[in-house]
Amino acid sequence: MLTALLLCAVALLAVSVLAVLGYGGGRRGVAGGAVATTLVYGGCLAVSALAFVLALAALLGGVTAGLTVPLGLPWLGAHFRLDALSAAFLVLVTLGAAGASFYALGYGQHAEAPMRVLPFYPVFLAGMLLVPLADDAYAFLLCWELMSLASWALVLAEPRPEENARAGYLYIVMASFGTLALLLAFGLLAGPEGHYAFAEMRGAERTPLTSALVLTLAILGAGSKAGLVPLHVWLPLAHPAAPSHVSALMSGVMTKVAVYAFIRIVFDLVGQPEWWWSIPILTLGGSTAALGVLHALMERDLKRLLAYSTIENIGIVFIGLGLALAFEASGYRAAAALALTAALFHAFNHTLFKSALFYGAGAVLTATHGERNIERLGGLIHRMPVSSAAVLVAAMAAAALPPLNGFVSEWLAFQAILVSPDLPQWGLKFLIPTVGMLLALAAALAASCFVRAYGIAWLGRPRTAAAAEAVETDRFSSAAMLGCAALCVLFGLFPGLVIDALAPVTEGLVGARMPAQLGQAWLSIVPIADSRSSYNGVLVFLFIVASAMMAAAAIHRFASRALRRAPPWDCGFPNLSPSMQYTGTSLSQPLRRVFGPVVFRSREHVEMPLPGSVAPARIVRQRQDLVWEFLYLPIGRAVGRATEVLNHLQFLTIRRYLVFVFLSLVLLLLGLGLWS
Amino acid sequence: MPKLYFDIAHTLAGSLVLLSFVMLYQRRLGALVNVLALHAVVLALSVAWQAHIQGLPHLYITAAIALVFKAIVVPMALRRMIVMLGIHREIETVTGIGLSMLAGIGLVALSMAVMLPATAGVDPVAREDIALALSVVLIGLLLMVTRRNAVSQVVGFLSLENGIVLAATGAQGMPLVVEISVAFSILIALIVIGIFLFRIRERFDTVDVQALDRFRGERR
Repeated sequence: MLTALLLCAVALLAVSVLAVLGYGGGRRGVAGGAVATTLVYGGCLAVSALAFVLALAALLGGVTAGLTVPLGLPWLGAHFRLDALSAAFLVLVTLGAAGASFYALGYGQHAEAPMRVLPFYPVFLAGMLLVPLADDAYAFLLCWELMSLASWALVLAEPRPEENARAGYLYIVMASFGTLALLLAFGLLAGPEGHYAFAEMRGAERTPLTSALVLTLAILGAGSKAGLVPLHVWLPLAHPAAPSHVSALMSGVMTKVAVYAFIRIVFDLVGQPEWWWSIPILTLGGSTAALGVLHALMERDLKRLLAYSTIENIGIVFIGLGLALAFEASGYRAAAALALTAALFHAFNHTLFKSALFYGAGAVLTATHGERNIERLGGLIHRMPVSSAAVLVAAMAAAALPPLNGFVSEWLAFQAILVSPDLPQWGLKFLIPTVGMLLALAAALAASCFVRAYGIAWLGRPRTAAAAEAVETDRFSSAAMLGCAALCVLFGLFPGLVIDALAPVTEGLVGARMPAQLGQAWLSIVPIADSRSSYNGVLVFLFIVASAMMAAAAIHRFASRALRRAPPWDCGFPNLSPSMQYTGTSLSQPLRRVFGPVVFRSREHVEMPLPGSVAPARIVRQRQDLVWEFLYLPIGRAVGRATEVLNHLQFLTIRRYLVFVFLSLVLLLLGLGLWS
Repeated sequence: MPKLYFDIAHTLAGSLVLLSFVMLYQRRLGALVNVLALHAVVLALSVAWQAHIQGLPHLYITAAIALVFKAIVVPMALRRMIVMLGIHREIETVTGIGLSMLAGIGLVALSMAVMLPATAGVDPVAREDIALALSVVLIGLLLMVTRRNAVSQVVGFLSLENGIVLAATGAQGMPLVVEISVAFSILIALIVIGIFLFRIRERFDTVDVQALDRFRGERR
């Protein structure tokens, strides 16, 4: 099964080569591009669907397999291994990949320059497929870089020169930084003898200092890829810059691969955790969740809004992971399993609904010829009914509304938080409820964020001609969106399926599992015990349907059914126009007033025209990204200054260079002499 | 008679260091090249002695290479170069002779302090050899750094290489192939440097490297 999965990755790489050859050898131009597009995405769809079936079978069947391929470093080879954790993430990766490929069968036909996307797309998929399988540091980092570089090329694919150049630059810098951190982490894990295989890292003895350093580097390396605040700055630029199906993959799947790397290092390779390790993870997770959604609320660019919402969800996943670490360190294995399940479940849910949302954004982009600003959209629900329905379901899942899947995973996270008073450490007893408050805040703000996004872009009346002329998207795209939305509903109604499938993962990592859910009465889920709490998606769904139908029946019973058309109350303005609707900015204004001055140092002031002037009065808003200003700009300035100083070293005489060599040699020898 | 073996090896290696100091002191180019030749002769003797002690006949070949190339061919070539370049005058040093001598003494002390603890437990002959060889290397580097004349920088480089050969033969087990290839690389380096020296002289009418700096517009 492992061999078959590896062959799938090889097949993806072959598709990439075929794309180049087929395009180069076949008919060029529009027709050749269309053929190549269909071939590449069709091939990717077939391979990822096959890999999905294999991974699902491996997860449900409890397959563990290892394989050493004589590639890579000559005396090391490349180790690959399939266990429950990698199988679970492979299911996620391949499901996202299959969805994106299916969507792209339709969406990809609209690409302006298909050959800037097609060769890299299968490589990107192959990288993400291989990372969870890698079982030594060398193979892991190689696949990781394959994934990073291919996605970087995809970020630069869309022809929007200056914007994408900046996004690509920031992305490659942050990705290199993350890989460097992971490289150092693996170096520390391997120890002085250089045991680069994961199997050897697991058993090794480490000092607490080394383990803490590995934790820090794992947070930096995986966190910069996943988008933890303050390492998130590249994400809202790079994810939206790519074509929409790639955005869906980057947001929905690639960040999960980073989460996988974090889990693999911290839960598996390092060994027994200390209780205080959870403090930085919980703090970062909580602030990431809150800050991500606040940024999303302020955003007007549809795809960037979704990218910020990704940051929020990554924060929620990391809160779950931090809780699991805290419980595991204190020996509460059942609670650790609960928190870990919540994190993994949420990661899975996020893949589903974020993919659907990005597909929806892509459909809007196609329909309106590239309009991403929600203030210039509106009324799409009448023009694109099918995709709007799918996006609505996904947005409700992202807003964590019952009975959808987003609610279940966040509810599980809260159940884990409610167990935290049992912990012996006072620091955690205070910290975890605070993080819980941040999580609740993030959930509520996420709901308002998606009300705003959906309400402004899809409801109301079209604000521009482009939005008014939008038409429904093609069948492939609609089917992909509807599929994701259907899965959101399915796993919201029957979360027990996912929870039971994740049981081997938690058993492998924290040595316990949640109670079996499929045997419970009425398909409810019970995180700890019947007496504490339980949730039943089907019942909630039936209640919502029944109460809605009863309300509708009551309204129709007691009110008149007759259709009447009459002018609505127009507040005294005789000519209502679309520009008089609520805008996204005005809808988020109360929240901006509350959080803005603290979180963004935002200011608003009114510029009144001088007496006698006919210029309009204007409201000017300013907001600053404090992380960017107080962390990244100083670092950038310091690097600039250092390069200016070091630049002089380029223009010295040969004798000067000799002096430097000589002095450094003498200094090193002196150090050696004094050391011993 | 192990004691005598050790003493003779030590004396030869010590005289290499001493000759390095002589180079450091030397102000005239012709004399400097003579000292380099002597340096190579002593190196050849030292290597031959090592061959005798260790019973490794191929080290005799190393010694012969050192004698033929480094003591005869290279100094002759250098002398020819000096004549053709027409530079018999004194070498300009960057620091005073006394100061560079003091620095050299410091370097010898440093290499002793580093190498003797680092090689504890090794055969004493090799220990002393390696410590002294490091001093020769460091003094060779110092020679390159403190001289402004390109020819004397070449001499410094060659004496540095002698130090490396000394260390390698003392360490027991350098293959002959390595030694031969090193000798050839030195020859090639000499040829390349020689060509460069003539090119530089053609262009700037001097082999004082200061001229190059002036040409590049550097402040000193």
